[in-house]
Amino acid sequence: MSSQAEPTEDFEGIAARAPNRHAAFQPHRKGAMGRAHDLLHATPALVPMIVLIAAVAVFGLVLGGKFFSPFALTLILQQVQIVGVLAAAQSLIVLTAGIDLSVGATAVFCSVIMGKLVFDVGLPAPLAVLAGLIAGTAIGGLNGWLVSRVRLPPFIVTLGMWQIVLAATYLSSGNETIRAQDIEATAPFLQFLGGKLQLGGATLTFGVILMLLLVLVLAYALRSTAWGRHVYAVGDDPEAAALAGVDVHRTLMSVYLLVGLICALAGWVMIGRFGSVSPSATTGVIGNIQSITAVVIGGISLFGGRGSILGAFFGALIVGVFELGLRMAGANPQWTFLLIGALIIGAVAVDQWIRKVSA
Amino acid sequence: MPRPARRPGLALGAIALALLGSGAAAADPVGACLITKTDTNPFFVKMREGAAAKARELGIDLDSYAGKVDGDNETQVAAIETCIANGVKGILLTASNTSAIVPAVRQARDAGILVIALDTPLDPIEAADMTFATDNFKAGELIGQWARARLGAEADTARIALLDLDISQPTVGVLRDQGFLQGFGIDIADPKKWGDESDPRIVGHDVTQGNQEGGRRAMENLLATDPSLSLVYTINEPAAAGAFEALKAVGRDGAVTIVSVDGGCPGVENVKAGVIGATSQQYPLLMASKGIEAIAAFARDGTRPEATEGKSFFDTGVTLVTDAPVEGVESISAEEALGLCWG
Amino acid sequence: MTDPVLSARGLVKRYGRVTALDRCDFDLMPGEILAVIGDNGAGKSTLIKAISGAVIPDAGEIRLEGRPVRFASPIEARQAGIETVYQTLAMSPALSIADNMFMGRELRCSGIMGTLFRRLDRRAMEAFAREKLNDLGLMTIQNIAQPVETLSGGQRQGVAVARAAAFGSRLIILDEPTAALGVKESRRVLDLILDVRARGLPIILISHNMPHVFEVADRIHIHRLGRRLCTIRPADHSMSDAVAFMTGARTPPDVMEAA
Repeated sequence: MSSQAEPTEDFEGIAARAPNRHAAFQPHRKGAMGRAHDLLHATPALVPMIVLIAAVAVFGLVLGGKFFSPFALTLILQQVQIVGVLAAAQSLIVLTAGIDLSVGATAVFCSVIMGKLVFDVGLPAPLAVLAGLIAGTAIGGLNGWLVSRVRLPPFIVTLGMWQIVLAATYLSSGNETIRAQDIEATAPFLQFLGGKLQLGGATLTFGVILMLLLVLVLAYALRSTAWGRHVYAVGDDPEAAALAGVDVHRTLMSVYLLVGLICALAGWVMIGRFGSVSPSATTGVIGNIQSITAVVIGGISLFGGRGSILGAFFGALIVGVFELGLRMAGANPQWTFLLIGALIIGAVAVDQWIRKVSA
Repeated sequence: MPRPARRPGLALGAIALALLGSGAAAADPVGACLITKTDTNPFFVKMREGAAAKARELGIDLDSYAGKVDGDNETQVAAIETCIANGVKGILLTASNTSAIVPAVRQARDAGILVIALDTPLDPIEAADMTFATDNFKAGELIGQWARARLGAEADTARIALLDLDISQPTVGVLRDQGFLQGFGIDIADPKKWGDESDPRIVGHDVTQGNQEGGRRAMENLLATDPSLSLVYTINEPAAAGAFEALKAVGRDGAVTIVSVDGGCPGVENVKAGVIGATSQQYPLLMASKGIEAIAAFARDGTRPEATEGKSFFDTGVTLVTDAPVEGVESISAEEALGLCWG
Repeated sequence: MTDPVLSARGLVKRYGRVTALDRCDFDLMPGEILAVIGDNGAGKSTLIKAISGAVIPDAGEIRLEGRPVRFASPIEARQAGIETVYQTLAMSPALSIADNMFMGRELRCSGIMGTLFRRLDRRAMEAFAREKLNDLGLMTIQNIAQPVETLSGGQRQGVAVARAAAFGSRLIILDEPTAALGVKESRRVLDLILDVRARGLPIILISHNMPHVFEVADRIHIHRLGRRLCTIRPADHSMSDAVAFMTGARTPPDVMEAA
C-alpha cells in the first residue's frame, strides 16, 4: 500500500523524530475548489446572494425596465415581507437543529386575536396588538417547553401545534374575515405596518422596514453576542454545548419564545399587507413550508448549527424574485414551483458539500 | 434572436431561454389579466380558454394567474400587484376571499385599471368596477323549484341534506344554498348565511370543498345522521358525483334525488345518466369573453360596463338542465345542454 | 507530606441494584499527573463524573483544597476550578477555535456596546486564545477564527486541552485523550500533558493505554470493583503488574495499607 520503507517496529521512535511541534495547525486544502470551499464554509450566505443577484440580473435583462423599476423591485420586498419574517423565525429554530411547522398558523392566529380583541371585545388597538404578540410568545414558549423539557422532537411538537393553532383560529373566528374597510374605520392601528414610505417610484411599507430591521438585528445577535454563539453551539451538538457550560434549556426556551414573538409580528405584518384579518389566510397552511423553503435555499443546514439568517432572507427574496419575474413574463406559475424545487435540492447539495471537510 | 413563445411549455432546458426575450413587443398592445381561484378546476380552465380566445380575436395581450388552492388570497394579491407592475388596462378576477382581496383591488383601480369580478361578486360588490356573474341565487332557486315540483306531495316530508362548499361560507355557496331552500319553499332566515334554518326537513349541512372526495365524505356524514334522506343539494357537480358514490355504497342511489349547480360537461353527462336529477347550468366562457370585450372597450374609449337591469351585476344567465322537466320551471334537456357545457 | 488538592472519602453511588462506587477513596496531590486505570465496569468513569460534577454521589465527601464541596453540575465544578476534557471534547465543530474556547464564558465589550448591545469582545477573545495556544506550543495557527471541524483529531485535542489549561485553576481531568488518535498525534498530546504539568497544574488522566500511562503518570490509581484497590508508582511496578492488579489476577502487596 505504502511506498514508505520505514520499519514498523520503531514507530514511537519515528514519531519522536517528527518535527517537534505539537498538533500544529497547517493549511491543508489547496487549489481553486478548496479556496471556494473554505470561503463558503466561512460565509454560507454567499451562495444564495449570488443566486439572488443572478436572478435579478436575468429578469432585469429579459423584462427590461418593467422589472428593473423601483416599483417592481420594492414590490418584491412587499410580497416577501410575511415569508421573510417567518423565515427569520424559522432560521432560529433550524439553527438549533429543530423545525417549526407552526410558524404560519401562529401568525394567522395572532392576527385573528388582534382583530377579535378589537372588534368583539372592544380593546384599544395597541392593547390588542400587544395581546396578540403575547399570545404568539406563549405559543412559542409552549413549543419550547415541550421540546426542551419534555424532550419531544420539534417536528412532532410543532406538527401538533400547527393543527391545534389552525383549529383554534377557525373555532375562535367562525372563519369570518374582518373587512379592511371596517378595520380602517375602527382600528387603523392594526394596519399600521401597511403604512408606506414613498421614495420616488419605490414603496417601502413599515412591514418591509420591520422585516429588514428584524433580519439585521437577529444577524447581529447571532454573530456578535454570547446568546447567538450558544444558539449555534446548541444546534451543532447540544451535549457538547452543555458540557462546555451552555445552559441548553435556557437557550432553547429563549429561541422558541422569540420565534413565537416573531410569528406574532408576522401576523401583524399580515394585517398591514392585506388590510383585513382573514382566518383562512393561506399562510396558516403553507407558511411553514414557505419559510422552510427560504431557509433551505438560504443555505441554513437542517441539521442545525450552520448557516446565517441573512442567507434565509436572501432565500425568501430569491423565491420572491422568481415568482414576480415569472409572473411578469407571463409564465405558467407551475414553472415557479419547478424552479424553486430545483433550487431547494441544489441548495441542500451545496450544504452537504460545504459540510464535507477533508481532513 | 427569435422571439420565443410567451408561455414556455417545452423541454426543461428551455426555461431559461423561454424567460429571455419575452420583453415588450414593439407596439405595446392592450394588456389584460385573468386571475382565477385555481388553475385546476375545469370551470376556471374553461374561463381561461374563453378569455384567451376572445383576447386573441381582439389583439389583447392576456396573462393568466391562479391561486394555489381555493381560498388562497395571498397569491391573488400578488397577482394583482404583478398586473399593476405590468401596466395592464383591465383585470378579470374570480376572488378567493371576496372581502380580503378588496384593498388590492382598490390599489389596481387607483392605478387606473378596470377591475371586473367574474363569477363571484366582491364584498362589497361595488369594490369592483363591475361583476360579470351567474345569478347564483337564481341558479339555486331553479333547482329548488324543480325539486319541490318533482317530489310533489312528498315535498312536505322530505329529508334534505345540503352539501356546501366551505365552512368559511363563500358568497357563491351561500347564494346557491339559500336560493335552493327558498325555491323549495323553506324559510331561510338570514339569507347571508346557511345553517341558521329551523325547518325540520333539513337533516344537516356539511362541506365538500367542491370536490368529489369531499362530496362523498360529507354525504357519508349526513347519511350517518339520518339514513332516510330523500333529497340532496350539492354545491357543484363533482360534489354531487361524490355524494352519489356514497349513496350507492349504502344502496340508496335510486331513492334519493340529487340536485346541483354548474352545468359542466361531466355534470351534464351525469344528468343524462340519471345520477343528478337536475342542475343549473352557468356559462363561464361567456363571462370571460364578455369580460375581455369590456376591457377592450374600456381601453378604446373609457366606457365602463353596465349592470343588467334590476340587478347590481351583469347577469350572464343560467338555465335549468334536466331530463325530467316539471311544469312551471323552464328547462332544457341534457342533450341540449351538452352543446353548451364547459369542462 | 503535603495535603492533597482534591480528596474523596467513602463515595457511594448506586444505580438501582448496581453499585458503581463502593465507599471509594481518592487523592490527587499538587502538581502531579495521577492516572486512573481500571477494567471496564470498574466504576472509574462514575468516579470521574462524581469529581467533575456530572454525577452526584449518594454518600461520601469530596474536599477541594481541604474544603468540602458538592457539585450539582459540571458547571459548578468548573466554577470551582475543575476543568474536564471529555472524550468527545465537547466542542462545536462548526464554530471557531476562539468561540469554542470561550463557550459559556464569553467576554463582552466594555462600555455601552457590552452592556446594552451585549457585543462580544472578539478581539480580546481571539488574542487570549492565541496566547494560550502559543503557551502550549500549539501555534502556527493560520486563523484562530477557523472552524474546529477543519482541524485534525490531535489539533482538536490540543485546543480542548488548551481550553482546560487556560481556565482550570485547580486541576484538570483528561478522559482518554489519546484514544482516538494516531501514533504521532498521541505523542504530541502526551507532550502537551507534560507541558501542562510543568506549569504546575495537577492532572487526572483516565486512560486504557498502559504505555502512555506509564510514561507520563507520577502515580497510578488502580480502580477495581467500585473502589480504589491501590495506588502505585510506575517506577515500582511493571505494566503487567498493573494489569494483573486491575483485573484481580494478583493482589498488590500493599493493598491492606492503601484501602
